[in-house]
Amino acid sequence: MSKVLVVTSGKGGVGKTTTTAALGAALAQRGDKVVVVDFDVGLRNLDLVMGAERRVVFDLINVVQGVAKLPQALIKDKRLENLWLLPASQTRDKDALTEEGVGKVIADLRSRFDWVICDSPAGIERGASMAMRFADEAVIVTNPEVSSVRDSDRIIGMLDSKTVRAEKGERVEKHILITRYDPARAARGEMLTIDDILEILATPLLGIIPESQDVLKASNVGTPVTLSNADGAPARAYMDAAKRLCGENVTMHVPAERRGLMDRLLRRRAA
Amino acid sequence: MSMGLLRLLRGNKASAPVARERLQILLAHERGMRGQPDLLGVLREEILAVVSKHVTLDPTKVIVRLERGDEVSTLEVDIEVPNDFERKKAAVA
Repeated sequence: MSKVLVVTSGKGGVGKTTTTAALGAALAQRGDKVVVVDFDVGLRNLDLVMGAERRVVFDLINVVQGVAKLPQALIKDKRLENLWLLPASQTRDKDALTEEGVGKVIADLRSRFDWVICDSPAGIERGASMAMRFADEAVIVTNPEVSSVRDSDRIIGMLDSKTVRAEKGERVEKHILITRYDPARAARGEMLTIDDILEILATPLLGIIPESQDVLKASNVGTPVTLSNADGAPARAYMDAAKRLCGENVTMHVPAERRGLMDRLLRRRAA
Repeated sequence: MSMGLLRLLRGNKASAPVARERLQILLAHERGMRGQPDLLGVLREEILAVVSKHVTLDPTKVIVRLERGDEVSTLEVDIEVPNDFERKKAAVA
């Protein structure tokens, strides 16, 4: 059965696009057929993070408006057999996303893929509400930081009231994905803890992605982080998150601070 | 060595508990407001309508303010009544 998953957050810059690319690739690596859809009309970036920026011909708006057929706009990933991208338009604005049009495209994608992953733009405007409108599940990307948690709470409220599922009296299954988690800062009490965030948002945890150079390197070269450095901590955390999305029971790994004795001594002296 | 002891030795205070507390208070308030019509806006309109029946008012001089406290909240209504209202009343009497 196919699932529509929205990757959302309210706040910008928390890692929605990175997460969409990484989870999309992780699910495709497991053998599921996946399409990642960029809803950030006018500010598309999923194509760049996926390394497909030079292959965009048609986009979501073209398909919504009937200018192009869906197969013409879908871009097949060069690394993974099962992974596809539907890019956003760079020139149009978000008003071109009509509910009826988006609904038709989502329904068509549902019939072709196991997973339809919608990369939401930041904010709570039309692009974000269209990205979540038809979702069965939601990944709320949250940084351990007050403004991100507040915006996540707002988005959770929208998922519970403004989606098709919510209007039918059904539930959108929600998951928190904590990104940019810095174990050293957490240990010093400078960062909201995982427990704080989960208690405040009252939503189950899908995974914890540690702050890492891997993520920046992956976007530099246009490769989902699960492919660019599969052994790195973020890749493993995303792979585990993908398994949990598929219903597997995987032990949650809280990133820990890895510092040697010398580091500790030096840091103490410097502090 | 425990985190708490480490922190004690360094002598700096953790800011995360402050963040958690501020968020909990803020979100409890915001969740309560969610989905409700703008309470202050509605109050202001209705108060204005009632008072306007008896007094000619400048709508921009009606200020409704809600101050939330821990125990009680106060609703403050500030209506500026033009002075010629008094004179008209005196003339009638």
